[in-house]
Amino acid sequence: MQVDNLMIIGVNHKVAPVEVREKLAYTGDCEHPVLALQKISSCKESCFLGTCNRVEVYFAAEDQEEGARAVRQFLFSRSKLSDQEAQKYSYLHVGEAAVNHLFRVASSLDSMIVGEPQILGQLKSAYRDASEHKSLGMVLNKFIAKSFSVAKRIRTETNIGSSAVSISFAAVQLAKKIFGNLDGKKVMLVGAGEMAELAAEHLVAQGIREVVVANRTLARAVKLAKRFEGTAVSLEELTSELESVDILISSTGATDLVLYKKDVKPIMRQRMNSPLFLIDIAVPRDLDPELNDVDNVYLYDIDNLTNVVEVNKAERSKEADKAERIVLEETIKFMQWFEGMEVTPTIVEMRRKVDEIRKAELEKTMAGLRDLGPKQRRSVEAMATAIVNKMLHNPILFLKTESEDIDKQLKLELIRKVFGLDQE
Amino acid sequence: MEILFPITLFTYVVATVSYLAYFWSQKKEVRTVARSILLTAGLFHTATIVARYFQVGHTPITNMHESVSFFGWAMTWGFLSFRWRYQVKNFGTFVSVVITILMVISALSSQAIIPLPPALRSHWLPVHASIALMANAFLAMGFCGGVMYLLQEREIKARRFGIFYERLPSLEALDNLNHHCLAIGFILLTLGIITGSIWAKQAWGTYWQWDPKETWSLVTWFIYAALLHFRFTMGWRRRRAAIMSIIGFSAALFTLWGVTYLLGGIHSYAG
Repeated sequence: MQVDNLMIIGVNHKVAPVEVREKLAYTGDCEHPVLALQKISSCKESCFLGTCNRVEVYFAAEDQEEGARAVRQFLFSRSKLSDQEAQKYSYLHVGEAAVNHLFRVASSLDSMIVGEPQILGQLKSAYRDASEHKSLGMVLNKFIAKSFSVAKRIRTETNIGSSAVSISFAAVQLAKKIFGNLDGKKVMLVGAGEMAELAAEHLVAQGIREVVVANRTLARAVKLAKRFEGTAVSLEELTSELESVDILISSTGATDLVLYKKDVKPIMRQRMNSPLFLIDIAVPRDLDPELNDVDNVYLYDIDNLTNVVEVNKAERSKEADKAERIVLEETIKFMQWFEGMEVTPTIVEMRRKVDEIRKAELEKTMAGLRDLGPKQRRSVEAMATAIVNKMLHNPILFLKTESEDIDKQLKLELIRKVFGLDQE
Repeated sequence: MEILFPITLFTYVVATVSYLAYFWSQKKEVRTVARSILLTAGLFHTATIVARYFQVGHTPITNMHESVSFFGWAMTWGFLSFRWRYQVKNFGTFVSVVITILMVISALSSQAIIPLPPALRSHWLPVHASIALMANAFLAMGFCGGVMYLLQEREIKARRFGIFYERLPSLEALDNLNHHCLAIGFILLTLGIITGSIWAKQAWGTYWQWDPKETWSLVTWFIYAALLHFRFTMGWRRRRAAIMSIIGFSAALFTLWGVTYLLGGIHSYAG
């Protein structure tokens, strides 16, 4: 297998608006996406990850272009977009770039909120699904499993995770400063982002009575609401629900604002001015910044919360830099492992080349020896084969055995040069 | 016995300094010390008032020195009795500052003993004046709660936390405190006006004569009545209630001092 057979096609909050992401393959399909992927003949190994902000397919394909097209077609099958448009809304990473991308995803460097811990769990369950459906080959198996250890390494060696946790902790602290006691308060999740879930979890642990989930697609709202034993409403009911909500956490992927000042102002009177704590963790923003001007409304977006946590910005970007460096390091390491995997194809190539020489030389020689009988002919041929095999024995052994003093990459390079495998 | 008042004043100052030290350091031990010093000051203060009662021969709330001192005394005991029912972080710091300011004003006023004017020689004097001053004490605590609310809210709203965010309690707790202080203060204020009116009938022959003091106490009463009424009907809570409690307290202070000094009238005794 070549490194370039390893590919990722994905759609996330950065490249596609929520309208597009909603219509991606897996939402509401009865057939497991892994099974659908198995039907794609050009796609030899595959793994499917679907979260609120991200849908990605990790796969290995012999024919890059054919594989990419087929996977894209599968992803966008419900959206009626042409392949060209689908390309615009998705990204394709091949080889080393794919390795780098998956490592960044796993360690939450590519998340809406860098460092949020949910993504690793989601990736693990995607891996488990693919594994149960026998969709993983040796390479993808090693690839994804490696991303877990990279994420773990980043989590222990950098402080990247603490900022996400402390952000949601800060939100809880703030809620307590506003409401005193959170017992019996009602929280509403708008959109179903990972960070919203984390914050909601913290709030529920603090005694929040009721959770309402509002989402564009009701099915997903219902699913998330079930987790918190709450109720689900559609996005249209948002403003009317606001009458009884105390805390609202918004994390939709909408490009426009979801809630405006003019929607909330009249409601405050009906709420008898009981305070409303709005947390906007979406990028781009969901909530009108002017909402903070309304009396008894407190609006915090993710930057405000981060500022409040008092982790200074330089410190945070230093941690992110450190994490990126680890990703790079691990990518290189993985690539090295992968190169190691190329010993076998090198041997095959070597054999093929030498065999061709043997055949060509035999033909030439035989052309001048017409008076030889069939028995003698076979002897000459056997001799040629034996010479070739004996000659190849040591180089192959050299490639296959591990040795301390010489790098595998170097060995491969040496052999390929000596045998002129890369010339043709 | 003259020495009691300076001792009381000094103890209040020490209590306030301790409370400020607690506010700064946030050390629980400092708070315990501050509380016991304030309690000691309250006891000294009670002794001062009792001594003054025997010295002047009537309830000592007839001039500026006495009435403001009584005001401070009522606030101290109002706070101490409140403290057991409500846990409001750093409330003591704000209250002790106001009490000390009152005591300083009282100390700076003339302490001379003037014979009681004929109109004040009545059993209604201790009843009416003490109720009115206790009303002021609770309204003053509501004022402290309002100020604390606004300070805390300002930082939360600005999304930049300074010295108050950590040190002050939740907005909810402050709003509740505010409401309780004002509810008690309002009842006392109402009683003060009613007793004053009855006394006026006895002393001057009419229940109400639109004397500036009467008019301004009515204005104060209406401010608080509006606040409490709209709290239930229109949700005048929190920020608006905090602002109103500050406005209301200013009106109460004007009734107490402003009227006496600026407007005069037959009711100008406390001066």
